[in-house]
Amino acid sequence: MSSPAPADIAHFLIEEARALDERRWEDWLALFAENGTYWIPIEENQESPRTTVSLMYDDRQLLETRVRRLVAGKLHTQTPVARTSRIVANATVEGEADGATEIRSKFQLTEYRRDKQRHFAGTMWHVLEPHEGSYLIRSKKVELVNCDSMMDGLTVPF
Amino acid sequence: MSSAANSDLGSLVQPGRVHKRVYADPEIFELEMERIFGKIWVYVGHESQVAKPGDFAMTRIGRRPMVMVRHTDGKIHVIHNQCAHRGAMVVAEDAGHAEEFVCCYHGWTYGTDGKLIRVPLQHDYPEHFNPDDPSTSMVQAPRVESYRGFVFASLAADGPSLTDFLGHMTTSFDDMADRAPDGELELAGGVFKHAYDGNWKLYLENLCDAAHPLFVHQSSTEAARAQDDDVFTDGVGEIAVRQMRQNGAPYKFWQEQVGIWTYKNGHSYLGDYHDDEKLVAAKRDETFAEYIAAMEASKGPEETKRILEVTRWNSNIYPNLSFMSQFRQLRVVHPVSVNRTEVYTYSFRLKGAPEKMFEDTIAFANITNGTGSLVLTDDLETYGRIGTGVSAAGADWIEVGRGYTSDRPDEHGGVQGKDSTSEVYIRNMYDAWRDYMTAA
Repeated sequence: MSSPAPADIAHFLIEEARALDERRWEDWLALFAENGTYWIPIEENQESPRTTVSLMYDDRQLLETRVRRLVAGKLHTQTPVARTSRIVANATVEGEADGATEIRSKFQLTEYRRDKQRHFAGTMWHVLEPHEGSYLIRSKKVELVNCDSMMDGLTVPF
Repeated sequence: MSSAANSDLGSLVQPGRVHKRVYADPEIFELEMERIFGKIWVYVGHESQVAKPGDFAMTRIGRRPMVMVRHTDGKIHVIHNQCAHRGAMVVAEDAGHAEEFVCCYHGWTYGTDGKLIRVPLQHDYPEHFNPDDPSTSMVQAPRVESYRGFVFASLAADGPSLTDFLGHMTTSFDDMADRAPDGELELAGGVFKHAYDGNWKLYLENLCDAAHPLFVHQSSTEAARAQDDDVFTDGVGEIAVRQMRQNGAPYKFWQEQVGIWTYKNGHSYLGDYHDDEKLVAAKRDETFAEYIAAMEASKGPEETKRILEVTRWNSNIYPNLSFMSQFRQLRVVHPVSVNRTEVYTYSFRLKGAPEKMFEDTIAFANITNGTGSLVLTDDLETYGRIGTGVSAAGADWIEVGRGYTSDRPDEHGGVQGKDSTSEVYIRNMYDAWRDYMTAA
């Protein structure tokens, strides 16, 4: 059986969700390690982001570009911007390896833009390494319950 | 609008412009479902999706749910996914394998050619009931044909053959299939399913549009240009960033180096617009050297050279298919209603090519065709804004006249635009649209 995530890790996840809700994209990027990856699979139990497409799969180069596009504020898909509200909960420790901790958590996300409200939910997997009294994200994987459904475009990161 | 109003329909398409009703009028949409999707060849899938007898894959023709299935005799059938009894959808999975199809409701059972083979409680029916009648079945599309592994179906019993319909565009399918060292493509790597609140025609109207990236994709182009290449990449980000930068090529480049060709029945292709040697031509890429060696071993150096010198970007097959050989992408557009459209995007593996090439295909798919892509999302937003714009009162005409006076004949019987910034391929689609819509 898993154990509850320590309070500082649970708090880290809350702060990450808050940065995203408040559209502080650069603060969010700063939470990732230099070789960190960010992955939203498109299939349940998807094994690899390299041999199957993904809703999003970013290495550092692409994640920086994704964030720079959001920060610049000239993107059509965010004119007007989307507002989001996230709840992160059920955080548990799933394992330790290479000096990092794997955390599983659940999230609910409501996104509103131009008269349309969408609801997303799923499981997040963070691999966190200790850094200056807090943590850095070595990898983040977000499993949406509707990962393989028909969707309108996704611009706001999960 | 009644079917008697063909002259009205024809008048919606004028030299260099179309009436906005073609995007906004639900009655015109219904006629399109009947006269275009209900009649002409429509792409339904790839043979590799149904490699063995009994393999099936869900597909659509217009709004009709269909199943593409390989029958015991090896022939591919495309059948309506509807029970002849009480109308329930028979096949419930997106893809799979079956010996026979059994309806969940009362157990009516069909062969993999759609023919009814078993009806429980078969007694005391009135005279009209005939289990041997083809209409008492999962009804087959009357015509199914393949070209180089790409399967099309038509709901009309008669009409031109598939190769007649495709005309010179067969060479784009050749370009795609010839690139496999083993001579075969395999659909693989999952599917993107994305949607927008706009008309189905908008999608193909964007895919050979060389004049839109500078505006629509400005946000991703600028973000990619400012990217530091020295930060960590596992290869995925590098492909993405290079592709986004390429989208920002200046007008001069599109005008001087990229062409646009159109052919009968609404088809067209855009020339390749990549001058980044590490991206598509990939001459400096180790994997590509390995690939060329595999091609030469299989096809010889001369044929390999001929194949790789073909430089096409998107090839559009009217009404609803667009594909691209350089990164093996294929998009299928499904109309849902006059102002709602769904698009399925697939990737292909070149059999016999290094596996790394397929990984590059996946990385490319994510950035150009992905639901969460930095590029596609701005296209979807644009289609949605057109959907809103054309639904409102306002100007009646949509302008598609750019390059009109420079259209010129092409050596294969088509019409070539002056350069890739011409809207000739949209005009060509509306010429076909008018012919289909007024043929009845």
